[in-house]
Amino acid sequence: MKFINFINNLDKRWIYLILALCIIIPFLFPVGFPMKTTPPVKSIYDFIEDSIPEGGVVLIGADYDPSTMAELHPMAKVVAAHALSNNLRVLFVTLYPQGAGMAQDVIDNVLREWNKSNPDNPKELGKDITLLAYVPGVSAVVLKMGEDILQTFNEDGYGNKLSELEVMKGIKNYNNINLMVELAGSSVVLTWLIYANGRYGLKMGIGTTAVSAAEYYSYLQSKQAIGMLGGLKGAAEYEHLLDEKKVYGGRKDASIGMDAQSSAHIFFIILIILGNIAYFVKKRKEGK
Amino acid sequence: MAISTNFWIWIAALLTLAIYSFLYKDNPFYKFAEYLLVGISIGYGISIYWHNTIITKVYNPLVYDKNFLVLIPLLLGLLMFSRFFKNVSYLSRIPIAFVVGAGTGLSVPSSFEFLFKQIYATMPLKLDIGSLIIVVGVISTLVYFFFSLEHKGFVGKVSKVGITFIMVAFGAAFGYTIMARVSLFIGRIQFLLSDWLGIIK
Repeated sequence: MKFINFINNLDKRWIYLILALCIIIPFLFPVGFPMKTTPPVKSIYDFIEDSIPEGGVVLIGADYDPSTMAELHPMAKVVAAHALSNNLRVLFVTLYPQGAGMAQDVIDNVLREWNKSNPDNPKELGKDITLLAYVPGVSAVVLKMGEDILQTFNEDGYGNKLSELEVMKGIKNYNNINLMVELAGSSVVLTWLIYANGRYGLKMGIGTTAVSAAEYYSYLQSKQAIGMLGGLKGAAEYEHLLDEKKVYGGRKDASIGMDAQSSAHIFFIILIILGNIAYFVKKRKEGK
Repeated sequence: MAISTNFWIWIAALLTLAIYSFLYKDNPFYKFAEYLLVGISIGYGISIYWHNTIITKVYNPLVYDKNFLVLIPLLLGLLMFSRFFKNVSYLSRIPIAFVVGAGTGLSVPSSFEFLFKQIYATMPLKLDIGSLIIVVGVISTLVYFFFSLEHKGFVGKVSKVGITFIMVAFGAAFGYTIMARVSLFIGRIQFLLSDWLGIIK
């Protein structure tokens, strides 16, 4: 009974401290828990790997801000790096003002790491990759892109005229985009699914935070999306797949956090079991 | 181990610690970091809107391209500010009506099409256990939310199946939520240990 009372009266700050240790220790002493690649992740990887011809275009939606950066930033980096490794062109687009900063950070990072690991096949901003300037309007922007991308944005996120960029050669609307991978932790994914996929038939993959992942499984079932990266685990699986190709030397932000994620989950499972035992014992005792 | 010498990484690290100090108890460092975040987010948003909307979409087309059609949306936008003046505030209804009308017109057909795809995906195209679970789950959950009949007898039993499916969905969503929150914490710890302290690669 003493133990049950201890659990019921435990100061939550102890739980925070133990959780922090559960996360910090695996970073210092990695265990290397096994990781399995799931079909929704594999199908996005396979599509970029096998179904897009050289010079094709991958559109990446960076519709997130620093609050969900931990999960979505690794996805953006690894998908962009994978597309570049297949000599595809990469366009970033954002419907959020803060997304522009996120996308620029990804582009800087991926170009730096790519050019460091592949000096014989360098990639350039404006030639292989760019960010379309942020334009407010959300659904209006998505719809107008279906008609004319150049007219929708005029400029890239760096102030250059889109019509003068090599990366935009031959791109008019969604017909010239091979795949869009929308990265967001909000319902903006639905805007892309409803208008870009629904109205214009743009092939889409979803990258989302773990909170939203359960909600978006139904769009895989209905084939409105070809695949999904769910949370940090989804990004880690993709990093694992790209790692097998051995073409990109960038830091595997998601994979190195997987041990910490697993140990935190074990801690939570223990907490849930202990919490339930304490609850039922207390309830039984009060009933007597 | 190489501690960062980048001033901005130190600022980011100290602000991260200031935010997490709230877990011990509320304090001025937390409040400072919180207000700073709100202020910077709004300031950043305004600067992006100013450049990418007012300059790129209004000023440049008007001044350099002499595209006077831009005046129509500009006028509609300016009418929104009539709300600040009581005697002409009714004018703000014009742009609102335009946005609501155009928005509804655009979204209704697409949303229906979107919904039909979801309904179609619910129909069992092959007889397997997965399809059966989807059909039973959708129907029983809909029955649970059907309040025109009392949940007794057959309807009551079906709605009980429905609530079981809802609970499973909540459980999955809760599990994913824990995963997401832990991921965010992992992101920060990774930043502190790697970018700031240089303890890990």
